[in-house]
Amino acid sequence: MGRARFSWIVPTLYIIFLLLPIYWLVNMSFKTNQEILSIFTLWPQNPTLANYRVIFTDPAWYNGYINSIIYVVLNTVISVAVALPAAYAFSRYRFLGDKHLFFWLLTNRMAPPAVFVLPFFQLYSAFGLIDTHIAVAIAHCLFNVPLAVWILEGFMSGVPKEIDETAYIDGYSFPRFFTKIFMPLIASGIGVAAFFCFMFSWVELLIARTLTTTDAKPIAATMTRTVSASGLDWGVLAAAGVLTIIPGALVIYFVRNYIAKGFALGRV
Amino acid sequence: MSRIVLDGIAHSYRSNPQGAADWALKEVNHVWEDGQAYALLGPSGCGKTTLLNLISGLLTPSRGRILFGDSDVTDMPPEARNIAQVFQFPVIYDTMSVFDNLAFPLRNRRVPEAEVRTRVEEMLRIIDLQDKAKRKAANLSADEKQKISLGRGLVRSDVNAILFDEPLTVIDPHMKWVLRSQLKHLHKRFGFTMIYVTHDQTEALTFADKVVVMYEGEVVQFGTPEELFEKPRHTFVGYFIGSPGMNVLPASVDGREAILGGNRISLSGSYERAVTAEIGVRPEFVRVARAGEGLPVQIRRVEDLGRFRVVRASLEGHEVNAVVGEDQELPAEASLVFDPARVNVYVDSHLVEPRA
Amino acid sequence: MEKPWNNKAWFLVLPVIVLVAFSAIIPLMTVVNYSVQDTFGNNVFFWAGTEWFEETLQSERFWAALGRNLVFSFIILAIEVPLGIAVALAMPRKGIGVPVCLVLMALPLLIPWNVVGTIWQVFGRIDIGLLGRVLADFGIYYNYTQNPLHAWITVIVMDVWHWTSLVVLLCYAGLVSIPDAYYQAARIDGASRWAVFRYIQLPKLKHVLLIAVLLRFMDSFMIYTEPFVVTGGGPGNTTTFLSIDLVKMAIGQFDLGPAAAMSIIYFLIILALSYVFYTVMTQTGRDRETGR
Repeated sequence: MGRARFSWIVPTLYIIFLLLPIYWLVNMSFKTNQEILSIFTLWPQNPTLANYRVIFTDPAWYNGYINSIIYVVLNTVISVAVALPAAYAFSRYRFLGDKHLFFWLLTNRMAPPAVFVLPFFQLYSAFGLIDTHIAVAIAHCLFNVPLAVWILEGFMSGVPKEIDETAYIDGYSFPRFFTKIFMPLIASGIGVAAFFCFMFSWVELLIARTLTTTDAKPIAATMTRTVSASGLDWGVLAAAGVLTIIPGALVIYFVRNYIAKGFALGRV
Repeated sequence: MSRIVLDGIAHSYRSNPQGAADWALKEVNHVWEDGQAYALLGPSGCGKTTLLNLISGLLTPSRGRILFGDSDVTDMPPEARNIAQVFQFPVIYDTMSVFDNLAFPLRNRRVPEAEVRTRVEEMLRIIDLQDKAKRKAANLSADEKQKISLGRGLVRSDVNAILFDEPLTVIDPHMKWVLRSQLKHLHKRFGFTMIYVTHDQTEALTFADKVVVMYEGEVVQFGTPEELFEKPRHTFVGYFIGSPGMNVLPASVDGREAILGGNRISLSGSYERAVTAEIGVRPEFVRVARAGEGLPVQIRRVEDLGRFRVVRASLEGHEVNAVVGEDQELPAEASLVFDPARVNVYVDSHLVEPRA
Repeated sequence: MEKPWNNKAWFLVLPVIVLVAFSAIIPLMTVVNYSVQDTFGNNVFFWAGTEWFEETLQSERFWAALGRNLVFSFIILAIEVPLGIAVALAMPRKGIGVPVCLVLMALPLLIPWNVVGTIWQVFGRIDIGLLGRVLADFGIYYNYTQNPLHAWITVIVMDVWHWTSLVVLLCYAGLVSIPDAYYQAARIDGASRWAVFRYIQLPKLKHVLLIAVLLRFMDSFMIYTEPFVVTGGGPGNTTTFLSIDLVKMAIGQFDLGPAAAMSIIYFLIILALSYVFYTVMTQTGRDRETGR
């Protein structure tokens, strides 16, 4: 395509730029604090798993991961489950106020989380939900449900309407048609939507930190608090950081073939 | 302008082709005479587009040479080859006006602006878009866009040949007809060589002086439409051309007779003995007669196609079609008679001639 | 194809509405409630009218934070969009390189935002960070906690690191959807590499670029976690963006009234932006349909 022979240089340099800081974190996670602070080394001189051992043996640390994963999965399931019928409605029918409703949903995606921090705290306190996984999962629905509706609507619009009509003529009820015929057809769309819900719930901290204190505290918050408390345990901090990168890396590896497709819809 | 010679070209999209299946285009030797209109016909995936892209230089052949006149252009890039190509979907530069679209190939070649102006204006007149010269090309209809693609090819004074890759796929049926006749007219007027890829036989047969039929990466026949109809050189050509296609029946051949099950079919010439051969006869040359006159068959169905009817019959378990007139009566107990002069013999799918 | 009118579709949308309303409308009403009242603690509230709004709109602090936010958004757009296009153009189109590039490039997008902050906090430190160390060897004493310029550079480079991949992935998706015939026609027309970009790739990318620009603009406008972790808004107030200021006011100082008023103004700005976003999006969608 008339592409320069050296065009690989640009992405390579860019990827190096992306990976260097991550490498540094990984590097640090295998060093002792003494090595981190005393000498400057490009790779660990005395590689140690001690930092990881701290995390896997201290409930204050590993509970953070469990908490994060619980509310992220809860949020992904809730978001996709409620978004499916709604996206179907938007893709197939016109109804009173549909355009406004769609716009209203999208504005929530655009809302700055900082605005909601205080009222969320009060609202969930009033319901006695502070420090529960479900509170964070529901709060994250604020931006994930609109996103899921938007992505799924795009995929559903690509399925010809004749399929619905044929199924109804064949005597399928709506729920049976939806689960047996329609959902398999948009399986990749569900995958993409779930991926983005997972991603945005996983990376969000402000709301998650506000709504939790101890029992449901996410790993990300555990990290910041530990830093401010002990301040100097860089090795453990680095190990904790590396462990937060792993779930995202795994998820992205599994959906790699759909990423470009999801972005192609331009609906993120 | 000059003729185009394909000298033993072959192409594979793999860097290290192994078996026959790896070759998108098996060896092709062919000469495209200057100023002729050719149709390149074949099913999807037979290598038509590959062949076209090799001629225009978008691909470089894995083997063989391409000559324009006497000069070897095998390794020349497309912009140096003086070839124009019109694609299946109209390719236009969305952000440019119609005028700028047509001027684009000239400006890229640094033609002086005054000359660009005269040539583009002439081209606008030819493709009948003068009144839309200033419009954004993005907002035109599909056929107008396709005319712009064509115009971008013709606007260069030096084109050797124009290659069309199924250019009417996205055009409305009635506009297809209009565009086709305009294209014929342009061809007469400018005298460029024209190679027109299609999978639609009517388009190919009405359009071209000569037709090239491709099948599984090979050119299986090259000839006039009449030759393709009467003497298909490959059973595929027989199936592909004509509606319904040629009847092809497995038979053994010996001398002046073909033997199909318990039936003997007489041939017009004397053939080498072949146990596993095929005979091909067009439905137009099959006569429906009373039982006993010819080959015993059961008639399965009769389809009325307006000007004629197609009789679908079964001969020893093989389907055989016959074309009969509107008013001919069909006997209840029927048999079929093949016109011996029109029965072709095939071995390994390729036509064999009778002994001299 | 016209969609049929069916008001029963409301039942399908109902769960979404209930859920989002719970998370959006009730909190928003609370905010509105606070914004028009004053309190001296003990849950005693007084009607304050538009006082907080006037105060916010007249406060230098608000305008300074807004100004910093705009400058920040402008700079990161000016870097991320061209860089994203350049990387997407140079990316391989087929082969093993594609998934490798996609996975590696998407990695920063899936790192929790405060960890992004932590990574750069560590990376830039002069005592233990690779970047700080290397710069120090060149005689540049990099210190983002003291030097406002260094703090800004850190926050910007961090955002470029974090989010350019989003632009890359969007552009890449746009590029691979351009049919080969366009490139082939351009070669036959003798177009230069620049002309191919200018007349084929850029026009076809218009739609995704618009999304990228608006998304990046809005997200950078809401940025909180990453600069909070790295600089905490400092040194001084030099990297205090709207969100940071807002949280400081609401949680740190418990100034409910002014914080709520600021939230609403902030939210209205975002709302106006997203309205523009939505209109432009649906508009270009329509152009694409009628344009063929």
